[in-house]
Amino acid sequence: MRDEDMNERRIGVRDELRKRIVKGPDGIEFEVDPISDYYCDARPEVRPGAYAGIVESLFNWARSESLWILGFGTGCGAIEMRPLMTPRFDAYRYGIQWRPTPRQANLFVVSGYLSVKTLKRVIRSYEQMQNPKYVVGLGSCTINGGMYWDSYNTIKKLDQYLPVDVYIAGCMPRPEALLAGFEELKRIIRAGKAEGANLYAENFDWYKANQKRVIHDWDMPDYNW
Amino acid sequence: MRTLLARLKERFALGPITEQRPDLAFVTVERETLRPLLRHLRDAEGFTHLVLLTAVDWIEEGLFQLTWLVHDRRRARDIGLRVMVARDAPVMDAVHDLWPTAATYQRELKEMFGIDFPGSPRIDEEFILEGWVDIPPYRRDFDTLKFSEETFEHRAGRGTTDPATHMREHLGIQGGSK
Amino acid sequence: MTFDWMKIPYALLTLIIVVNYGLLLTALVQKIAARAGRRHGIPIWQNYIDLVKNYALRTSISHGVMYYLGPVFRLTGGVGLLLFVPSLYGSEMFSNLSFAGDLILALYFVFFGTLGMALGAGESGHPYSAIGVSRGLSQVTAAELPLALAVFSVALQYQTLSVTDIVAAQQGGITNWTLFTNPLAVTAAMFSFLGSMMRPPFDVVLAPQEIPIGPPTEYHSSYLALMQTNRALFPVAKMVIYMNLFFGGATSWPIFFLKIFLIYMVSALVGVVFPRFRVEQSIRWFLVWAVPVGVLAILVV
Repeated sequence: MRDEDMNERRIGVRDELRKRIVKGPDGIEFEVDPISDYYCDARPEVRPGAYAGIVESLFNWARSESLWILGFGTGCGAIEMRPLMTPRFDAYRYGIQWRPTPRQANLFVVSGYLSVKTLKRVIRSYEQMQNPKYVVGLGSCTINGGMYWDSYNTIKKLDQYLPVDVYIAGCMPRPEALLAGFEELKRIIRAGKAEGANLYAENFDWYKANQKRVIHDWDMPDYNW
Repeated sequence: MRTLLARLKERFALGPITEQRPDLAFVTVERETLRPLLRHLRDAEGFTHLVLLTAVDWIEEGLFQLTWLVHDRRRARDIGLRVMVARDAPVMDAVHDLWPTAATYQRELKEMFGIDFPGSPRIDEEFILEGWVDIPPYRRDFDTLKFSEETFEHRAGRGTTDPATHMREHLGIQGGSK
Repeated sequence: MTFDWMKIPYALLTLIIVVNYGLLLTALVQKIAARAGRRHGIPIWQNYIDLVKNYALRTSISHGVMYYLGPVFRLTGGVGLLLFVPSLYGSEMFSNLSFAGDLILALYFVFFGTLGMALGAGESGHPYSAIGVSRGLSQVTAAELPLALAVFSVALQYQTLSVTDIVAAQQGGITNWTLFTNPLAVTAAMFSFLGSMMRPPFDVVLAPQEIPIGPPTEYHSSYLALMQTNRALFPVAKMVIYMNLFFGGATSWPIFFLKIFLIYMVSALVGVVFPRFRVEQSIRWFLVWAVPVGVLAILVV
């Protein structure tokens, strides 16, 4: 492939995201720059917990007993999540629910391998979740690439790109392992150590640099919610 | 199958023929023969289904081998047409006007092998990879391990339980392809 | 007529009792539905935890004034519905702020929350919200028709627009209930009840599978918590009206709890048995089955 061709692709902004002139229904023409108009790209801030320690512990307990998972199946691990809803495992007992929208969820389960293309969507979904939020890396692929360790298109270390609270090893881990992992996460939350969102805000530049190193067609704002 | 191949031989210039099974044969043809032959197979011989269009990288010969596999549903038989194109100028005629599904295969081949099909719809758009900056990844001169090591951060401490390695290191048995 | 100021703290007490009862009741019904699927289901106090968690989230994003007002309107609908209808008949403490024409006001409040939600969710700009709102409004409108007809029928029957008077007329034995004196109106109203409880077969508005969660797609943190409070409060408030109009009202809290639970179980039972209707199917169902019954009820009276 030729060089200028590649440069064009690296900048590679899709047509619907380009700055353009739009004619409104009332006939007035105005300029639209989707990336800056449709998204807010203010940097995330570190949000301290409640002032009183006892209130914060109560909140942490509530957070740990009410884990709402974002239903985003990234890889084959998404299949292992479904049995958790069935009568045999019934994760609802432990206060675990699935929410279909990132706005309402506070636990992101990255289920399996992440291709660069999916990573982009994962980052966007993660940033739309509300602080505090937690990430669970499910399966070997999120830990060191797993069986895709030499693949040209899957990331090898999830914690380079997002702050991970718990890894669940296995290829694939059984639903029992998932439940054990969630219990571990609850323990961490109750101890007040699951501050992934603040970690992300503190080391924002480092995470962004890592993300941009692998995502070549960066056509979104730096932080979008 | 024999009679079909004999009939085809009368009308078209066919290259080497491999009869894999009684219901599966591969024929190597020239680039110019391909489109008329495919059209004849589809319209006259009942091969109505394009099963796949794929490529093999023969890097030693400097060739790409393209294979169109078509299927005759009524007689339950397949025929594969092969065309060799030069690796340094990989261009082939598009067949999406015969089978619309071919357009998708052609887009994939453009992205993964860099084989161009002029005139194919949306051929220059990204297919699966987004923002790919290296040579097409399915070419054999693309070193996927090296690329992966350069691009992604690897976690140290990765072990292997590959049976061949284990036998070689612990049991002293040599063998395998490595 | 002087206004008795002591009514306000009493009404607030009712509100607190009903919210807590609603939170436990919705969890209980969810648990029953889970048992029907041979699961354990959520813990009975799960709704409280979810509420605390959602209030405790540290960030929230607003999409504008209407987005902010949406949940507020919705909660106002629920609270208003509850406050202007007597929850216990004959009790000075728990008749709330009921007055002579409260039946009309109640009908209005049933719809009020949905409208507020539609405006708020509309401003969030999410396409799924818009789909959910259009589905929700059309379905609620269709479900509201038979209810309105049934209420008119009952009002004609008792020649009053005051809920208290209607309850009073039903006292003195189970056969005095509207359920037995005007069964057609009750049937129409119960059809409408199924439609407005957001349980299968009429839960396409929320539709977690195809359009994530419907109108509240963009709602989170305290906004969502506010709506959860309402989701506990509103069904109970609505069932209070049903209980008062059709099932003889309640004279003490235990009877109140029991009757509300039984009315809720009607919708829960239907819910675990039937699959979901699409919007046009459910509207057709309301128009074909529920509305004629309502019209008939008015004609008979």
